[in-house]
Amino acid sequence: MPAKPTELTASDVPVLKVEHLTVSYQIGTGWRDVVRDVSLQIAARQVYGLVGESGSGKSTLALAIMRYLADNGRVTHGEILLDGENLLEKSAVELRHIWGTRMSLVPQDPAASLNPALRIGKQLEEIPRQYGGLTHHEGQQRALDLLRQVRIADPERIVQMYPHQLSGGMQQRVLIAMALSSEPHLLVLDEPTTNLDVTTEAVVLDLFKELIAKRGSATLYVTHNLGVVAQVCDHVAVMYAGEIVEDAGVNALFSQPLHPYTISLMNAVPRLGHKQAPAPEAQLDAARHNVGCVFAQRCPVALDKCFQIEPPAEASGEGRTVKCHRWREIADGSLPMGEIAPSGVNAATADNTLLMTLAEVTKQYNVEQAVVAQLQGREPQSVKAVDHISLMMRRGQTIGLVGESGSGKTTLARVVMGLVETDSGKIELLNADLAPAIQNRPTEVLRQLQMVFQNPDESLNPYLSVGEILRRPLQTLLNYSQTKTEERVIELLRAVRLPDSYVDRLPGELSGGEKQRVAIARAFAAAPDLIIFDEAVSALDVSVEASILELLTTLKETLHTFSGGGPGGRDRRHVSGAIVRDRPQRETSLGTHSSLYRSTAVSDPGS
Amino acid sequence: MTDTQHGAGPTPGSFPSLLKKFGARLRRSFAVLRKNPMALLGTLIVFMFLLIAIAGPWIAPYSAFDPFPGQKQQPPSMEHPFGTDNLSRDVFSRVIIGSRDLIALAGLGTLLAVSMGTTLGLAIGYQGGWIDAILMRVFDSLLALPATLLALLLVGSVGASRESVFLVIVVVYIPIVTRVVRSVVLDVKTKSFVEAAKMRGEKYLYILFREIMPSVLPTLVVEASLRFAYAIFLVASLGFLGIGVQPPSPDWGLQVAVARNYWSTAWWMLFFPCAAIATLVVGVNLMSDGLKQLFQVPDLQEQR
Repeated sequence: MPAKPTELTASDVPVLKVEHLTVSYQIGTGWRDVVRDVSLQIAARQVYGLVGESGSGKSTLALAIMRYLADNGRVTHGEILLDGENLLEKSAVELRHIWGTRMSLVPQDPAASLNPALRIGKQLEEIPRQYGGLTHHEGQQRALDLLRQVRIADPERIVQMYPHQLSGGMQQRVLIAMALSSEPHLLVLDEPTTNLDVTTEAVVLDLFKELIAKRGSATLYVTHNLGVVAQVCDHVAVMYAGEIVEDAGVNALFSQPLHPYTISLMNAVPRLGHKQAPAPEAQLDAARHNVGCVFAQRCPVALDKCFQIEPPAEASGEGRTVKCHRWREIADGSLPMGEIAPSGVNAATADNTLLMTLAEVTKQYNVEQAVVAQLQGREPQSVKAVDHISLMMRRGQTIGLVGESGSGKTTLARVVMGLVETDSGKIELLNADLAPAIQNRPTEVLRQLQMVFQNPDESLNPYLSVGEILRRPLQTLLNYSQTKTEERVIELLRAVRLPDSYVDRLPGELSGGEKQRVAIARAFAAAPDLIIFDEAVSALDVSVEASILELLTTLKETLHTFSGGGPGGRDRRHVSGAIVRDRPQRETSLGTHSSLYRSTAVSDPGS
Repeated sequence: MTDTQHGAGPTPGSFPSLLKKFGARLRRSFAVLRKNPMALLGTLIVFMFLLIAIAGPWIAPYSAFDPFPGQKQQPPSMEHPFGTDNLSRDVFSRVIIGSRDLIALAGLGTLLAVSMGTTLGLAIGYQGGWIDAILMRVFDSLLALPATLLALLLVGSVGASRESVFLVIVVVYIPIVTRVVRSVVLDVKTKSFVEAAKMRGEKYLYILFREIMPSVLPTLVVEASLRFAYAIFLVASLGFLGIGVQPPSPDWGLQVAVARNYWSTAWWMLFFPCAAIATLVVGVNLMSDGLKQLFQVPDLQEQR
């Protein structure tokens, strides 16, 4: 009797099968392949992770599978089979039915994906009522039920609310509930936790694991976060420049990565106190390779043939493939990859000049009141966003501000910037009082303080070119001449590792990570004394974040507001939290952090 | 990467770079229009009418005012392609000459209303506060009146003339444009790029016109072209009602009003001015579709 260890059992029949898929985007007048010849399959109950840096094409692949590609994108080759049916041949009507019943997507940005004008309950009922044929009442029950499944407390109240009344984590949970409402065979998660803070992310990830185990849907999990992959996925595919360069079971991949890119990704997970060797970045702008390995230009161990012959996807073990000419050498250890990422020591040291002092800074917001309540003369309720915070910073220090979303980190940052005026308390910068409102601050003070915002989509004007965005602070804050400005703009672009040609690009033509790098370059442009990062790296992927954190260690004074806390792991944001732990004296002298966290329960305020 | 030496390449703002930018813009415009044949058609129609209005006196075969004795209400012929009217005048020439007043009044009126409304909308939208609240309530009450009624009131108080038609357009459209611009500003001003501009101490006007204005532009251009279409209507209706441009001007609305009495015996007197109005209005509307695409930022679906 022949041995049949690999024969498929019923549950192993792939729910999703992608065959040699190529997706192209129209750029100007030409078409550019963004996903090239990708094949994968996902069985029921399997969680398939898709990792890669920004621009690697992983979201495009996810969108192509959902048939959600934008007008300028199209599948030029290959097949997408859901339960054996080719999705590419489906009409718009059939697709809608499939979306309603058999596959769902949890998108990256929850705020943008919920209809701001409809109550949560209404949006949740929609799919069950449309495709499940439920009555109005049954639909409502179903909505409550779904919310309970994603562990939302008090669902009766939540269904009455509008999306903007919920926090990011809650919105994401609502979207998960919505995705589950159709009992999908295939669930596509496109960076569902990227915009969440760490504590919320941990909760949402636990929820995923549980729901996936219970439902048995096939799941495609797109992320740039290796920590998340390790926690959630069974099988991982690593994408680079539109190709899957390695795929393997999660344990196999983490214990023995075989592709140089995978190895550099893992080395890029930032570690405390070490300067990182950033993973070399994809220059999508540079001439596209036609022959050879996609990674060859960045590969530290590339041979001549890597530039000439495209490596075949070889099976390197059971259920794993790798696309590299040298994987055998890497596998047997004859090619030492550990030395690829040299480590150094963080040289930033604090001197003793006092840079900024906050004394008893308080800011409260009044809760909007109904007219009736106002007429009845009720006192307006207020929420203390920042409650008597005192804090001192010296030159060369990096201070982390840790807390969940809603704990007042951003408000404190905005108070320091003068975007929000304090109610009481005093801020001093270099021993001089700082005016509470930004319009009363002299240019020199404006130059000293800069901020990098959380969402690069909003912080860069979509109608101004990158060059103009970077030029402006040089001209207004430093009075640079035109030639000097141009030189400095190029310097700044190089400092954040963007090609010079980006000067003429508009923000809409950059990826999320690239946009944030422009925003960071803008903050650094006028050589400020203090930069506030408001969760500035939380939306970036590991290799980009590593290069930015490395960039930051070379800078003197920074104030970070991070979200953080919770136990470690590979998660990069835990590492950000560790930067705070690295300076326990700051933590203790923060002193009032319990009051900072006052408004929300915090799981681990001592971290 | 190419190594950019300092001084290499045109500096931004210099003449060659501006020229390059303009060329790129022009190419993009054609590309957009090519993809949208209806918008191209609309643009052609509008340009044709503009040309007719500008070159009217040279194009028109006859005078718009002098009669041809003995040729009263002649049907269209080789000599008079649109026929002649009840006072033996050539309808073709009258339609051509009539476009001049109409387009000038509607165009200039819209232009003034749009520029004033934009400035006002930007300023009060960004500023907010009680000025905004009061002004918007005043505008709301103006908007509550139908445009024609408002026009009647105005014309009644200043008398019927070209100037009063112009005034009507400006007064009726300023609140509308202000409201549209303001609503976009209210959204844009909360974006952090505006805060970033404040953080580097940008002047009020820079923030309004350089940071916020570009986001307003796509909406504004569409609004302006729709306003232009409606202004054409308004001028024609006022002429038709006899409170706009006065006889003997060959204004289209005026012609329609007169021709109404003869439609059963001389349909051409009614048909051609009406067709001219309809064609121009539809043309402007078609063009506004293409304009919106032109001013919008190319927002590529970026792969992450």
